[in-house]
Amino acid sequence: MRSHAKRLPSRPVILLLQLAVLIAFFLIWHVLTDTKILSPFFFGTPGAVLARTWADFASGVIWYHLGITLLETALAFVIGTVAGIAFGFWFARAPLVSVVFDPYIKAVNALPRVVLAPIFALWLGLGIWSKVALGVTLVFFIVFFNVYQGVKEVSPVVLANARMLGASSRDLFRHVYLPSALSWVFSSLHTAVGFAMVGAVVGEYLGSAAGLGYRIHQAEGVFDTVGVFSGMLVLTIFVVLIDAAVTMIEKRLLHWRPQDTGAGQH
Amino acid sequence: MAEAAAAAPALQLEGVTCTFPSPDGRGRSYTAVQGASFTVADGEFVSIVGPTGSGKSTMLNVAAGLLKPSEGRALSFGQPVTGINPKAGYMFQAEALMPWKSALDNVAAGLEFRGVSKAEARERALPWLSRVGLEGFGNRFPHQLSGGMRKRVALAQTLIVDPKIILMDEPFSALDVQTRQMMENELLDLWAADRKSVVFITHDLEEAIAMSDRVLVLSAGPGSRLIGEYRIGLDRPRDVAEIRMTPQFLALHQEIWAQLRDEVLKGYAQTKLR
Repeated sequence: MRSHAKRLPSRPVILLLQLAVLIAFFLIWHVLTDTKILSPFFFGTPGAVLARTWADFASGVIWYHLGITLLETALAFVIGTVAGIAFGFWFARAPLVSVVFDPYIKAVNALPRVVLAPIFALWLGLGIWSKVALGVTLVFFIVFFNVYQGVKEVSPVVLANARMLGASSRDLFRHVYLPSALSWVFSSLHTAVGFAMVGAVVGEYLGSAAGLGYRIHQAEGVFDTVGVFSGMLVLTIFVVLIDAAVTMIEKRLLHWRPQDTGAGQH
Repeated sequence: MAEAAAAAPALQLEGVTCTFPSPDGRGRSYTAVQGASFTVADGEFVSIVGPTGSGKSTMLNVAAGLLKPSEGRALSFGQPVTGINPKAGYMFQAEALMPWKSALDNVAAGLEFRGVSKAEARERALPWLSRVGLEGFGNRFPHQLSGGMRKRVALAQTLIVDPKIILMDEPFSALDVQTRQMMENELLDLWAADRKSVVFITHDLEEAIAMSDRVLVLSAGPGSRLIGEYRIGLDRPRDVAEIRMTPQFLALHQEIWAQLRDEVLKGYAQTKLR
């Protein structure tokens, strides 16, 4: 509910303003480094960063690394989500299990996951699986808590109604619990995808032979600031693209929900 | 066997008492209904009126098999109700539609639960949508429908599985007066078509008299008992708005209200005490 006193301008105007912010950022960066107020060695120059990014895409070097990172992200997301849904359901339907494990779940979730990266590298090697594992530990808990909540918050009246209509416990799962839980999962989809990518990149950064995190780490090793910024730029572009895709999927799958409540959940 | 089932009443409550433990786990437990016994004949429309907090919904939940009584038992067509009563349809007071299903899929749900394929269930749900006046609204989701429309969907959803007895818990209480009278007339028309048994719960005495064959009066809670039974001999078919003007209606209203009034006052005093 927006107040009528502060009405926002139309969408194209907002887009134009957003574009203006982007251009202003690059302009200020350019002016500061061009006038040597900021050293181009430490801060790069926008021209060089864009040229490097363009060259990487043109030569095709970046695609391989990008593909690795996206693969790790996708795997972490899928495995984390499936495990989160399964455990969320189990815990919500078995109160004893949830009561007993509650402190341990909280303890593990409080652990900063970055410290696990070296352990995973030790266990799973420097390939993609140590990064996937790191991403899974991040995604799992978001999905888990949301599914748990979603199952717990099913309206008792809707449930009783379905039972009166003859729903078996399998029907209840498919037609009542799952849709309710999924609506909670989708409302956290943006966060989950973002975390899957964080897991992949951080994992690569700490030890690997491929991926965007690896490229950024390599560039840092030789004080190649332009390379670092170029890697960050590519990462940003793809996070924005994935986020847009998630928004589209969300709109398709949650079209039964009133529009007003969809906002402000993530 | 078939004759026995035909002779047995659609619903029979025998000395049903429902006691709930107090919310904090200690102290006195709360008795909602005390020793309720009544029968509903096959094809009969019975209303139960009573002040708020008189355990009307509790009795209905026992009849539906959603709640196990502390004492006594419920029988439906001669069969003791243990677990969900398969012969009963239930229309709830609160919103009970699945918000993630379209109107059509909500109506079709009961058939799907009975093993009918999705395509066939939808096909059979379509005429039900038009029967409750919602032709062309099948693709809408519950939040895109008005309160009255949602109640129509719920009605079609309940009736499509052909329950032998329909339990209705103040189904129209959330609607405005005009919509409500329209829905009441539609319900009577649908009921007249195949004469199922109906147990209709309401706190509105006029609604109860206008629709029923018989009105039961519950005393104020806690420990509500059935204290009155009135046969409504008004001619059918009825129009719920017009019948309220007839002298017979007014006489019945006066008679039942004389008894109900005291209970309502008692119930009101209770809520003030709490």
